[in-house]
Amino acid sequence: MVTTLEQIFREEWGRVLAVLVGFFGDFDLAEEAAQEAFAIAADRWPRDGIPSNPRAWLMTTARNRATDRIRRDRALVARFGLLVADDRAEVPMNATIFPDERLELIFTCCHPALAVDAQVALTLRTLGGLTTDEIARAFLVPERTMAQRLVRAKRKIKAAGIPFRVPPVHLLRERLDAVLAVVYLIFNEGYGGRDELAAEAIWLARALAELLPDDPEVHGLLALMLLHDSRRETRFSDGELVLLGDQNRSRWNTEQIAAGRAELDRALALGGRGPYVLQAAIASLHAETPCDWAQIAALYGQLARLTGSPVVELNRAIAIAETEGPEAGLRIVDELGLHDFRYLHSTRAELLRRLGRTDEARDAYRRARQLTDDGAERRFLERRLTELAGMTDSG
Amino acid sequence: MKYIMLIYQGAALERQAALSEEEQKQVYADYQGINQTPGVTPGLPMGLPENATTVRVEGGKTLTTDGPFVGMKEAVGGWFILEADDLDAAIEVASRVPAARYGGAVEIRPSEVYW
Repeated sequence: MVTTLEQIFREEWGRVLAVLVGFFGDFDLAEEAAQEAFAIAADRWPRDGIPSNPRAWLMTTARNRATDRIRRDRALVARFGLLVADDRAEVPMNATIFPDERLELIFTCCHPALAVDAQVALTLRTLGGLTTDEIARAFLVPERTMAQRLVRAKRKIKAAGIPFRVPPVHLLRERLDAVLAVVYLIFNEGYGGRDELAAEAIWLARALAELLPDDPEVHGLLALMLLHDSRRETRFSDGELVLLGDQNRSRWNTEQIAAGRAELDRALALGGRGPYVLQAAIASLHAETPCDWAQIAALYGQLARLTGSPVVELNRAIAIAETEGPEAGLRIVDELGLHDFRYLHSTRAELLRRLGRTDEARDAYRRARQLTDDGAERRFLERRLTELAGMTDSG
Repeated sequence: MKYIMLIYQGAALERQAALSEEEQKQVYADYQGINQTPGVTPGLPMGLPENATTVRVEGGKTLTTDGPFVGMKEAVGGWFILEADDLDAAIEVASRVPAARYGGAVEIRPSEVYW
């Protein structure tokens, strides 16, 4: 396999940045120095060839750039007390063996003292190596807004003393869950069609799985995203939403399904029964023909007990409707209080339609449409309403 | 790092008043525990917000009004200074302040050198 420059940059950016942040204790300095080193590499390597140890080259070059900068700005540093790392810069970095401090970096970026949108942006910038402009475009905000968000977050990390480290054991579970939530949020942002974000989230989860090979939830999240992503090509047809049951299964990405199932197996072997593992198990069952709806309903039951989420109950109702009939599903749906949740109404509508209670189905579809502004989903509901227009109640 | 820890009582005073004698003793003990935590410099106990006086200067004129500053939803109820390694250590101390678990909150403000 040929390793391209882009691949090397992509793999090394987070590592180089993490080591520099750890070494100098300053995000801005680390980022500038890393950027300079990567720019020099982009200029030289195509001409002179890739060095035998690209990582060492990038680390050393970036470290030297940062040290130069500190020397140049010593007056500034002394006046504002911006940097305490001054003396540490004289300590030589080991030229060949670099620690992998990406975990420290991601825990810093996803610290709960930062706003969630800042956590997301910082993670994509530092670990993912996306440019500010790319992140801004992915989240549909002006570049200036995104730049300010990043600046503010980096400033707070420094001013508030957010630590650069893997949290101690008593904080680890909670903080890791926050990290996984950020990765999953990035994936879901990409699920509506912005493919680059979904791919980015999977890439981040792979890195996490490599860094924390024994955590079942990390593998569970990776499995879940791979399994969902395997159906990407079939979720829309000519820009229109296609439901799972109507998707063209031959176009599902079998390689991704297999990779997702392997991750799920690993998570289960590690004793994982957490929310991501359960959701991955459900996604894996969804990819089977015929679907084992009874098993899916049982897993949603476990997930509901774990999370207490009415949205999970709604999903359980759909599975129950498949095994015990629409009436049984409807009984669960009508117990839920999610009155402003569009999927509650679209689910009710679907179940009522199957029961032949056309008038009620129509009302429920209308209510769902009221709550939906997304183009494809709204058009789907309108198609259903048109189908029902000529029918009368048969229930 | 030096942090200024600001305590907001919220519903805490009311809820603590309704506690059993035993539990109230625990609240006092917990505050005492905070004061004795390494790195903590206790602030002076604050009087009630209704006894506060707020001073503003507008156009060179000093305006004195009764009560706490109305720009804030709630007046600060107490404070202390904490010297700690990082924000996680400060969060740990903040989580032990009784007001935080009885409906109030603790705001952690890093101290800053501006000059």
